[in-house]
This record gives sequence, C-alpha cells and structure tokens, in this order.
Amino acid sequence: MAKATITFEDINVTVTVPAGTRVIEVSEKVGSGITYGCREGDCGTCIMKVTAGWNNLTEPSVLEDKILRENMAGKHNRLACQAQVLGGEISLKPV
Amino acid sequence: MNSVRLESEDGVPLAVALSERVHWVGALDPNLRTFDIILKTANGTSYNAYVIRGSEGVAVIDTVKEGFANDFFARLESVADYSEIKVIVLNHLEPDHTGALPELMKRAPQAQLFISQKAQSMLKGLLKQDELSFTPVLTGDKVSLGDRSLEFLHTPYLHWPDTQCTYAPEEAMLFSGDVFGCHFCDNRLYNDKVGDFRFSFEYYYAHIMRPFKEYVVRALELIEPLPLKLIAPTHGPILRDRPQHYIQRYRQLSSPALHNELRPNQKTLLIFYISSYGNTRRMAEAIYQGAMQVEDVRVSLYDLEGGEVSPFVDLIEEADGLVLGTPTINGDAVKPIWDLLSSLTVVNLKNKLGGVFGSYGWTGEGVRLVEDRLRGLKLRVPIQGLRVKLIPTDDEILECKAFGLELAQELTGARESRVINFADL
Repeated sequence: MAKATITFEDINVTVTVPAGTRVIEVSEKVGSGITYGCREGDCGTCIMKVTAGWNNLTEPSVLEDKILRENMAGKHNRLACQAQVLGGEISLKPV
Repeated sequence: MNSVRLESEDGVPLAVALSERVHWVGALDPNLRTFDIILKTANGTSYNAYVIRGSEGVAVIDTVKEGFANDFFARLESVADYSEIKVIVLNHLEPDHTGALPELMKRAPQAQLFISQKAQSMLKGLLKQDELSFTPVLTGDKVSLGDRSLEFLHTPYLHWPDTQCTYAPEEAMLFSGDVFGCHFCDNRLYNDKVGDFRFSFEYYYAHIMRPFKEYVVRALELIEPLPLKLIAPTHGPILRDRPQHYIQRYRQLSSPALHNELRPNQKTLLIFYISSYGNTRRMAEAIYQGAMQVEDVRVSLYDLEGGEVSPFVDLIEEADGLVLGTPTINGDAVKPIWDLLSSLTVVNLKNKLGGVFGSYGWTGEGVRLVEDRLRGLKLRVPIQGLRVKLIPTDDEILECKAFGLELAQELTGARESRVINFADL
C-alpha cells in the first residue's frame, strides 16, 4: 500500500501513514493542536494550514469549499476532518 | 417620572423613541426564569429590536422570540409602514432574535436582509428555505438609508459564530446584538432608569461571553474607537448613560489576571488529583516532581477534595496545561473529576495541553475516558495517560516522574522531533 508522511509542525511529529488516511485519524492521536467540532465537515473548527504538499491531499469537495469560504479561510487552508492523504510528504499546522 | 411609556392607554404596544430617528420595538418577557437551559434570570429578560429611519428608507435591526412577535409587530407598526422597510439586519440568528423574521419578511418582501458572513448556513438551518435572498456582510460593509446609514462590524463568536454588531454613525449608536446585553427585564428600559442590573451584566458575561474572550478582545478593537452616545443590545437595559463604561468593563473582564506573576515565556502546568487510598496522590506528587525539573514551567499541585470547582475553573482558564489524576471506581473516573470537567465549558480550553493519570484496582477505564473528554474539550493530549495498578512500585514512581517531565517539556517545546508509524498509534 502506498505510504505518505504527515508532519504536524506545531508538535514536531511526523507520522508515516497509508494513502487514504484522513488527517483527523492521526492528529488527535499524536496530540497536534488541530481541534475538532462536528467531525463531518460542517462547522469549520478543524481548519488547518497546509504548509507543504498541498497537492498530496485530495481536492476539497464542493461542500468543504463552501465551509472554507464561509469561514473566510486562507489560500492554503483545509478541513482536517475532510482532507485525505494521497501520498508523498505533507506538512501542516493548526491555524 | 421614571417610567417609559411602552403601551397606549388602551393597551396597544408602542415603540419607544431612543432619538428622533431610532425606536425600540422589542418585547418584555418578565416571567422567564431559565434562559437557554444554562442561564438563570431572577426577573425575566427582554428581546430588544430596533428601527432606524433614514430619508430613503427604514431599517429593522433584529427581531424577537416567536411568542412575542405580536408586541414586536405592533410596536413596529406604530412607527413605520411595512412598505417603507428597505433593510433588515440580523446581528445574531439565535431564535430569540429571529423568531419574528419569517413573518416580517412576508410583510416586507421588498426588504434586503443583511447577515454576517458566518451566518449563511445557520440562516438556512433556521428558516429551512433554500431560495432565501440575503446579503452577507463583513467589517467595512455599509448600507445607506439616505441621511442615515449602517456600518457592519464583524464580531464572530460573541457568542455564536454568526454574531455581528451594527453601527449607526449619524446617531453614534451601536446595535450590539448580545454583546453588552444581559437578562434583566425592566419596563424603564434605560440603564439610568432601571433597577440594579450590575449582577445580571456580569453573570451574562461570565456564562455567555467568557468562553470567547479572545474574540471579545478582537471585537473591542473595532468598538472602542467608535464615537458612541448609546449602546443598544438585544437583551436588557439600553446603555445610554456612560456607554463607554460597559466597554471598559468588557475589556477588564477579558484581560488575563496572572500575567504579571509569570516570567516571560514561562508556562503554567496545573496538576489536579483525587485519591482514595493515596495511590493516585503518590503518582501526582511524582509527576509534580518530574515536571518541576523544567525551569520554565510553573507547576502547581491541587487535591480536588480540598477545593471548590469555581476557583479551579478560573485557574484552568489561564493555565497552559492541565493534568488530571483519577482512580477508577466501578469502571469510571470519579465524580469530582467529572464535576470539574463538566464545568469547563465556560472557558476556552482550545490547544491547552492535557494529560491524565491514575491508579486502579482491576480495569482502569477512568484514565482513557478522561483523555477522551479532554480531547472533546479541544485540549491536545499528546502523551498517553499513565495507569498504575493499585500501589505504585518504585519503578512506576520513576515512570510518573518521567511522565511529568515529558509533559513539562511538551509545554516548553523541548521535546525532540519524532517519527511515528501510524500502526503504532
């Protein structure tokens, strides 16, 4: 299975994960400061900043785009409960 | 004469003039005793709504709870015709302020609805109408009513994501939504006429605004520079006597108290425990000793049995890290721990460091359950909780010291970078 790495910059932890993993599945277990509310892409609590490897995550869905817009999210922001890893190296941190 | 005339002689509700162009068209709810499950009120509340008239149209700012719509419409009709309404502003979408909105939109279909950027999905959730037309606004957006105008201030999370304030510059009035409000019902309306509402003001802040202090501070940056003759909140007295006093009070209530006692860059770690046979206490003391090895962390140790919840909540609000020690009894953490945890929703815990430990007899679920609760409260829990079966051995005491050291290092950022395999988590 394809592997990828996610680096949580706020806690200096890198996790090797299988492709398809959602960020939410990892970030709480390692204690990153990304926090969650609804956990289903509706509330915008888990907005995170992707500092490297933007293209190594799945594209945001129409619904995720809408929530990001309503929350005035920045250019490299994603919802951690929605973004899935495709492969390669990704770095991110809480906003 | 202290009274304000809210009704005609034959009992028809009347609007109250705040100025030549601005009227209160709200409703009084003197019999309410519990608001929104979480708040008590000893003398009810008011649902304040306002009308402002410009040379080119009328704006309605907020409405009332649905059951009080008749009072609202009667007062509105006493100062404006529905055909004159050009603008409806919703500063906050909670049902006690939007209950009369659907009917108002039917009666004034030409009116343009202004809501905050963050209110959009909430409006759909409340009104269940997909085809609804509205204009989302942010700080800097304005709408003209001819010789009067409205300017919007984006003040989210006071106390919902959608909240905003609306400023009328020609009147020097701020329509502040729930900000600066309180549950206090008095038909004299104005802060210089009503009974003593100070405790209600403070109580409202403590339960409604306190969890969002950082957003209060951001909102104050927008509000403090405004020339103000009057603040018109959606609950409680209209603040026309020394409105700046209430702004200053919000600033005080939102400022941290502890900073002066800490060295620059020093972090604070609080360890709370409760113990039946002294085993969890021994763990707590060892964790305390371990954490104290890190110079830039101010560590405090508290036995929950010796204190009340409220001051502990105050301590936690300003701490950087929170460690809880609980035995497991009958498969659960003990009640004093849950009492503390269930009292923490009035403070912002986001991104604080959390940790859990405890002694147990045979199953030890308490530690994991509390870890889950801390995550639910939006703390980060990077180090797996420490459990010890019954009496800690010397080696286990050393583990506790290492756990404390690791937690303190996590606070100061001194932990080394790590590479972890997902399968090992």
